[in-house]
Amino acid sequence: MYISIQQEDFDVAEVSRKLCAGRIDIGAIVTFSGLVRDRSVDRELVAMHLEHYPGMTEKALEAISQQALDRWDIDDLAIIHRVGRLQPCDNIVLVVVISAHRKEAFAACEFLMDYLKTRAPFWKKEITRNGEVWVEAKSSDQKAADNWK
Amino acid sequence: MIEVLYFASLREALNVDKEQLEIPAEVSSIAQLKAYLSARGDIWLDSFSNNISLLVSINQQMATENSPIADGDEIAFFPPVTGG
Repeated sequence: MYISIQQEDFDVAEVSRKLCAGRIDIGAIVTFSGLVRDRSVDRELVAMHLEHYPGMTEKALEAISQQALDRWDIDDLAIIHRVGRLQPCDNIVLVVVISAHRKEAFAACEFLMDYLKTRAPFWKKEITRNGEVWVEAKSSDQKAADNWK
Repeated sequence: MIEVLYFASLREALNVDKEQLEIPAEVSSIAQLKAYLSARGDIWLDSFSNNISLLVSINQQMATENSPIADGDEIAFFPPVTGG
């Protein structure tokens, strides 16, 4: 399990390589990257600020990761979540799951994202040309998380 | 003595990111702590009495209204999370 909260950008290929290093039993690598998206029609987004609760964020991601490892037949996973000031199109989050077979890896990856979006203490603030606004949580994210119960 | 942390839009509204609190003995649950903070009035009343979506953690684990508070606890209040 590799979990990191960091300001720096990540490289998907590098993380995948590190997870698989020394292993010959991996048949599937599933990765998800979340990016900073401008939700406005006319390119108002200047930057996004990611705040988090140091200490609890790591614990929450470890707990979610352990649930995924217990529930699916997967061999390892990585979660990297960036914090601080990000630009449109920047990477925000990376989830990598490795396993022998793809079905478990896809399911675990989706589960990790659905749980991360509803249980990990991060908050996004949009900095736009017209001011700053906190992003609101979506009920669809909670529904997606509830579906895994 | 407990430490109370405030995050994101709640922190901005209250203009406080954290505080140490010596709470009376009868404040022994999250619900009671919220009532205690509401009594400060104004934005505190708005944030802690009229805010159904507020989340809370105790010692970095998610908690609920009924969760008990003990001396030395780290409590955090925050809006619904929006990471990922």
